[in-house]
Amino acid sequence: MTYEITVLRRKTPEDLPYEQTFRYEARTGADTVASALININRGSLTDVNGNKAEPIAWECSCLQKKCGACAMVINCIPRLACDSVLSAVAADDRIRLEPLRKFPAVRDLICDRSVMRENLKTITAWIDEEVSLKDDKDNILFEAGKCLQCGCCLEVCPNFYAEGRFFGMNAMVPVAGLLEKLPADKSRRLRKKYSKHIYADCAKSLACHDICPAGLDIEKLLVNSNAIALWKHLFK
Amino acid sequence: MSGSPCVNIIGAGLAGLSAALELSRMGISSNLISSQPSERAQSVMAEGGINAAMDTMGESDSVQAHFEDTVKGGVYIGEEDSIRGLTQNAPAIVKELIALGVPFDNVNGRLIQRNFGGQKKKRTAYAQSSTGKLIMSALIDEIRKHEANGLVKRFSHHGFESVVTDDSSCCGVIIRDLFTLKAYELKGPVIVAAGGMNSLFPGLTTGSVANTGDVTAYLYSIGVKLSNLEFIQYHPTTAAIEGKRFLITEAARGEGGRLFVMEDGKQRFFMEEKYPELGNLMPRDITAREIASQEGGSCLLDMTHIDKSVWNNKLADLRGHVKHYLGVDPASEYIKVAPGIHYFMGGLYVDRYHKTSMDGLYAAGESACRYHGANRLGGNSMLGALYGGRTAASSASENLLSGPSDDIREVGIPYEYTDFSVPQSVAEPLARACAITRNEETMTDALRELEELDPSAFTLKDRNRLLLSEAILTSAAGRRESRGAHYRTDYPERDDTNFACRSVIAYDNGHHCLEFDKGKYL
Repeated sequence: MTYEITVLRRKTPEDLPYEQTFRYEARTGADTVASALININRGSLTDVNGNKAEPIAWECSCLQKKCGACAMVINCIPRLACDSVLSAVAADDRIRLEPLRKFPAVRDLICDRSVMRENLKTITAWIDEEVSLKDDKDNILFEAGKCLQCGCCLEVCPNFYAEGRFFGMNAMVPVAGLLEKLPADKSRRLRKKYSKHIYADCAKSLACHDICPAGLDIEKLLVNSNAIALWKHLFK
Repeated sequence: MSGSPCVNIIGAGLAGLSAALELSRMGISSNLISSQPSERAQSVMAEGGINAAMDTMGESDSVQAHFEDTVKGGVYIGEEDSIRGLTQNAPAIVKELIALGVPFDNVNGRLIQRNFGGQKKKRTAYAQSSTGKLIMSALIDEIRKHEANGLVKRFSHHGFESVVTDDSSCCGVIIRDLFTLKAYELKGPVIVAAGGMNSLFPGLTTGSVANTGDVTAYLYSIGVKLSNLEFIQYHPTTAAIEGKRFLITEAARGEGGRLFVMEDGKQRFFMEEKYPELGNLMPRDITAREIASQEGGSCLLDMTHIDKSVWNNKLADLRGHVKHYLGVDPASEYIKVAPGIHYFMGGLYVDRYHKTSMDGLYAAGESACRYHGANRLGGNSMLGALYGGRTAASSASENLLSGPSDDIREVGIPYEYTDFSVPQSVAEPLARACAITRNEETMTDALRELEELDPSAFTLKDRNRLLLSEAILTSAAGRRESRGAHYRTDYPERDDTNFACRSVIAYDNGHHCLEFDKGKYL
């Protein structure tokens, strides 16, 4: 099976982006966008017009959807390249790759997602107290610890933009775990920050819930955290 | 510029975070340098758990038993003084992780532990089958606190270029911003926590492609000593997926999974037949060789009898991943498995304080060699990374530069693109010779093939990787015995007279100088 893979490219953030298309012969039915990028970079690197091309810049690490590195926009949908089997994501054997658009562009498919880390600092996503083991019967702690920080949820969010007050679900999910870990009298700071940076401006479109490549039950975490942050402590 | 003395940590996985945390607790600043953020580190992929003799399961487990299992698992060449420290500190380390909020599996707040290979006691604390991810998330939160108070400065998207030396001791590091491609010099001692050497074995490893081993390769090229490179752990149960090997955690067998082959229409459970005591949970080297020796590579893993509650509570995420990547539901179907490269026991030679052979340079985690001898026990890698990271941090704290060291200077070093895997001309002979069973002929053939390559056609990183590949082959060819993960068909027996010790290799004047070092070292 041959695919035409078009990459939105730029050398530096200042450059205007341009498109370059590569023809890629899939080796197996399991070929993913990630394996296609790996093989294109190792191959002759000639585009469909016969022009020599520079290696395509992208980020990857685990190649099995455990690290979130390879998030990009694939045929208009933000997803992980390693989780995108070519035959499943292609439209008429064509695949278009772009970097996530909510973050500053860096080079080719790489964007600067550091705003996610900065926001987690601003929302004070840490605990100051030692906690003890807790029966995690609703799987809140476990799920909250599994966020990949890939940024797909922010890409589809109608409320998030990079400089905004609303931090989005990549901040909500870790904080959901912290709120669940802490006793109510120790979580005042975090509850306040949560209300300001998550609760206040989330319009509950839940597009994040559907897009999450880790399959996290974001709605459950959101409901649980909203309850802790806003009213649960009043009923102690 | 003014500032305080600072330690540079290369790598932001478990060992790097542990080092940064230890330094923060001492009030010492650190630069946490990594090509990608901590969420992308190979540590998040660790599944099964972390060992600590806490005797939560009423089996009279003890630190002594953990120590003995680790020494025996490493076939008596792990450094015993360090293993003593590792196993003694393990319960406190797990308690600390609990205090940070790692949601280990528990019953009403009481920790529970599971069986793991090479150990007779239930000693492995776990969080379903995503233990590494959950530990990393808790540590990332904790480090974030120290980022906010200014003690930890993160250089995510920064790659390692080289160390800065003064009179042959390490006093700084050159890093490259992978976004702008500009290079910078940072001062102070350096801790290497950059993981294993996956770039040398493209497609054959279970770990992250970002763990290239380039830091180790560079350091080797400038004369820093490496140790035990011949010991490469093949995990018994992996499956090929695009670009890599997919790991099926040892927890699959810890929770009852059974290895078998079909013979005359019937299941033959070859591990249980041959090793009645530990069965499917024999150490990884033995299990991997047994699987590889089954005819036609037809080994299957049977988990179909496992209770629904275990699937739901302990192995849910494993089941999801197996379904997704292998298209098989392990609760009702068998999984075809074969060994894949999972861990490098060898790496930068460090003493018990995690100092390398270069002053001012320390190493921890998979990039260092200290605890695991000829074969690492499942559940000991995260423990080794956490304990090693803090030990390295404590040693580096005694070697701070006297003056302020948080100034950053741009340096003009041209950027050169290198793929994350070594060229096939290096990878192919290396993989062939460093297979699960080895012999003199394939290893010397491979070495000759590598020596005939023209390194001038390579990038600098690939030239260093070529040297490192030669060092691995030289170490493996030199160890004329079989021990742990190093199994030779031409020397199938263990030879304690000549080889009950670490190998040490150094690159000196264009030569790979290998010795078998029987001396004790601190």
